[in-house]
Amino acid sequence: MEEMSSWRQRLEHTITAPLLNTSRIYYLWIAFLLVVIGWGVYAFYGQLNDGLIVTDMRDRISWGLYISTFVFFIGISHAGTLISAILRITQARWRTPITRLAEFITVVALSCGAIFVIVDMGRVDRLFNIILYGRWQSPIVWDVLAVTTYLTGSIAYLFLPMIPDMAFLRDRLAGRVSAWRLRLYSILAVGWVGNAAQKRNLGSAMTVAMLLILPIAVSVHTVVSWIFGMTLREPWNSTIFGAFFVAGAIFSGIATLIIVMAILRKIYHLEEYIHEKHFIYLGYMMGAFALIMIYANISEFLTTGYKLEEGVEFHFNQLFREEYAGFYWFYMLGGLVLPGLIILLPWTRNFWGILVAAVFVDAGMWVERYFIVVTGLRVPLMPYEPSSYSPSWVEFSIMAAGFALFALLISIFVKIFPIMAHWEVEEDYELSLASAAPAPPPGAAAEPAGGAN
Amino acid sequence: MKRELKVEKKMMGKNDGGSGASDRDDRPGEPTQPPKVSRRGVLRLFGMAAAGAAPLILLPPVLQKASDAGRVVESQGEPAKGPGGRIRQWTMIIDLRSCDGCQSQGTPPQCTTACVEGHFAPEPMEWIQIFEHELPGGGTQFIPTPCQQCQNPPCVNVCPVAATFSTPEGTVLIDQDRCIGCRICMAACPYDRRFFNWGDPPVPPEALLADYSPEHQVPAKKGTVMKCDFCPDMVRAGTLPFCIQACPNDAIYYGDLEDDVATNGKEIVAASRFLSENQAYRLKEDKGTKPRVYYIPGHGEAVGRDTADEGRLPTEWPWVERVKGAKTWRR
Ligand code: SF4
Ligand code: SF4
Ligand code: SF4
Repeated sequence: MEEMSSWRQRLEHTITAPLLNTSRIYYLWIAFLLVVIGWGVYAFYGQLNDGLIVTDMRDRISWGLYISTFVFFIGISHAGTLISAILRITQARWRTPITRLAEFITVVALSCGAIFVIVDMGRVDRLFNIILYGRWQSPIVWDVLAVTTYLTGSIAYLFLPMIPDMAFLRDRLAGRVSAWRLRLYSILAVGWVGNAAQKRNLGSAMTVAMLLILPIAVSVHTVVSWIFGMTLREPWNSTIFGAFFVAGAIFSGIATLIIVMAILRKIYHLEEYIHEKHFIYLGYMMGAFALIMIYANISEFLTTGYKLEEGVEFHFNQLFREEYAGFYWFYMLGGLVLPGLIILLPWTRNFWGILVAAVFVDAGMWVERYFIVVTGLRVPLMPYEPSSYSPSWVEFSIMAAGFALFALLISIFVKIFPIMAHWEVEEDYELSLASAAPAPPPGAAAEPAGGAN
Repeated sequence: MKRELKVEKKMMGKNDGGSGASDRDDRPGEPTQPPKVSRRGVLRLFGMAAAGAAPLILLPPVLQKASDAGRVVESQGEPAKGPGGRIRQWTMIIDLRSCDGCQSQGTPPQCTTACVEGHFAPEPMEWIQIFEHELPGGGTQFIPTPCQQCQNPPCVNVCPVAATFSTPEGTVLIDQDRCIGCRICMAACPYDRRFFNWGDPPVPPEALLADYSPEHQVPAKKGTVMKCDFCPDMVRAGTLPFCIQACPNDAIYYGDLEDDVATNGKEIVAASRFLSENQAYRLKEDKGTKPRVYYIPGHGEAVGRDTADEGRLPTEWPWVERVKGAKTWRR
C-alpha cells in the first residue's frame, strides 16, 4: 500500500514537474527556434513579394522541397493517432505512457504539413477559391478535405483522453500556477469529476473516435499519394502508390515517435515509465514496416522495370545510377535495410540501436519523399533536355522553419499539458498490481512479435 | 501586319467584354451561376465545413476580400456557331511535311515568335514550341507543339478550382483570375504544354489596353499558369491565330470538325479527308487524352528540308526588352 502511494506521488511529480518548473536552457531553446522560424517567415515574405521565382522550381520540375516536406509531415503525422489507435484497439497495455505524445505529434505534424501546401501556392491570396470553387474531381480538394478532417479528428482524439488529466491538473495545481492556466484546465476538463457515468461516456466516445480515426488516417495518406498517382507521369503511374505511401507514413511516424520519446524521456526523466521495452516494441513495429517498404519497392520496380516502357529506362537510370542514385541508395540501404538489420540483430536491439535506426528511417523517408517528387517530374515528356533542380536558400529556410515550428509546438505543449496520460498510466499500474503479474503485461509481448516476422 | 492583328485582337477582347459578362456561365461542369457567391457556393461552403474543413473557414475573411477571386471574369465569348446553329469544334492540323523549323528562313520559328508577340507571352514561354524529334534512321523532324486541346484533358480533371476548363468549342482555357497556382495541372499535362508565371511577368504598356480574358490571357498574372489558348476570339472574328498566319510554309491548318473544314490561309481542305488521306496521327494517343491537334507525318520534305539538317534557331522574346526591369526565368 505504501509502495503504491509513493508510486502515485512520484507519478504526480513527474507529470507536474515540467508544468511547474522551466529551466533557462528551455528559454534559450525556444529563442533559437523562434529565430529559425523568424528567418523562414522573412524568406516567405520575400517569396510573397517576388513570387515563386525565388525558389528553384521551374516549369519542368514544378514541385520540389515544399511538396516533399508536405508529404513528409503528413507522413509523420501517422505517428500518433494511427499508432495509438492500433495499440488501443489491440489493447497493448504498454501503450499507456506513449499515446499522448504520439497523438500530439499527429496534430502538430499535420498543422506544419498543411502550411507547406499553402507556401507552395502561387497565389496564396486566393486560398479561399478552394472552398468557393472547389471541385470534387480534383485530388487537391480530396487532400484538403482529408487533411482537415484528419486534423479535426486528431484534435478530438487528443482531447478526449486528456479530459480526466485536465480535471486532475485543475484540482492539483490550484494556487500553484497562474489563473489563466487554471481556467484553461477547467474549461478543458469540461466538468469532469470522474463518476461512473462520465467514465462510461468517455470510454464510448474514445472507442468511436478510435474507430473513426483509423480509416481517416489511412485515407489521408492515400489521397496524398494520389496527387501524384492521378497524373500521367510514368514514375507515379502506379497502383501501389496509395498503400506504399500509407506504409511509408506509418514507418516514418513510428521513427519520429521514437526520436521524440527518447528526447523527452531524457529531459523530463520519464525512465520509470518509458522503458527500453517501449523502444524495442516500437522498433519491432518499425522493422515490420521496413520489410513492407522493401517489399513495396521490389514490387513496384520489378513490375515496371521488367517491361521497361518508355520513360522507365530514363527513370531507372536517374534513380539507380545517375543524378539521384545517392538519394535512392541512401534511402534503400540507410533508411530501410540498415534499420531492419539493427532491429533483427539481438546485440543492436537496444535503446541506442533503435534510436539510431529511427534517425536513419526518418532521414531515409524524407529523402524518399524528395526524390519521388523530383524524379517523377524530371522524366522528360517531350524531346527536351532533362531539367535540374536544387532547392534555393528560400526553400531551405522555409523548410527549416517548418521543422522548427514542429519542435516549438511540441516544446510548448509539454509545458502546458501533461506529457503522459496520467490516468491511463495509473489505471494500468493498478491493473498490473491487481493481476499480481507486474512484470510483462500480458498483451504486450505477443502483438509486436507477431508483427516482426 | 502583325501590329494590326494585335489591335484587332484587343478590340475583340473589348467587344467581348461588353457582351460577355454573363456568358461565362457557359462552362461545362459549372452550371449557371450569378456573378457573386451563389447559393450553390454557400451550400458548398457548408458542405465542406461540415465535412471537416473547419480550420479553413476560420481564416480571416479579409483574405477572401483581398483576392480578386470573387470577381467574375468577363469576356469569354459566346461559342462560335456554324450553319444550323451547331457549335464549332475547333481543330488544328499540322502538316509536318511543310515544317522545317524555319531553317529556310534563317529565323527562329515564326509561329512561336508570332504567338509570343501576339500574346506578350513572358520569356521563356513557348506556347507553341518546335520540338526536334529524332528519326529512326538518324536525322530529325520538327514538331510544332501547341496545347493539344485534349478532349479528355488531364489538366482540367485535376484543377481544384475549375480555373482550367473545357469550352463548348472543345478547347481548354485557363482563367488566370481564378487560378491559385497549385501547379497540379502542370504535373498532369503529358505534353509539357503549361507554363507558370514564376515571377512578376513583364507587361508592356500596350498590354494594359487589353481587357483580360482567358481567350487571350493578356495581361499575364503572377503566380498563375498559362498556355496556348487556341485563339478562339480571333477565329470567331474571322482571322486565323497568330501562329498560323506567321508560318512562312503554311504548315498549320485551323478548322472546324463540325463543319468538316480547315484552312492554312492559302487553301481550304475537307478536314476529315485531309486527315484520313494523309495518315494523320495525334501525339501520345495511348494516353487517352484525345487531342484536337492532328499531325501529318513528315520532316519538312515539301519545302526541301533534308532530315540531316539538324537544329533550329532558338526563340526570342524581343518585346520583353521593351519592358523596363522585366524579369525572366529559365524554363
Ligand atoms: S495551377 Fe491553376 S489552373 Fe493549374 S490546377 Fe492549379 S488552380 Fe488549376
Ligand atoms: S495538352 Fe496539356 S494543357 Fe493542353 S489540354 Fe492537353 S493536358 Fe491540358
Ligand atoms: S493557337 Fe494562338 S495561342 Fe495557340 S500557339 Fe497559335 S497563336 Fe499561340
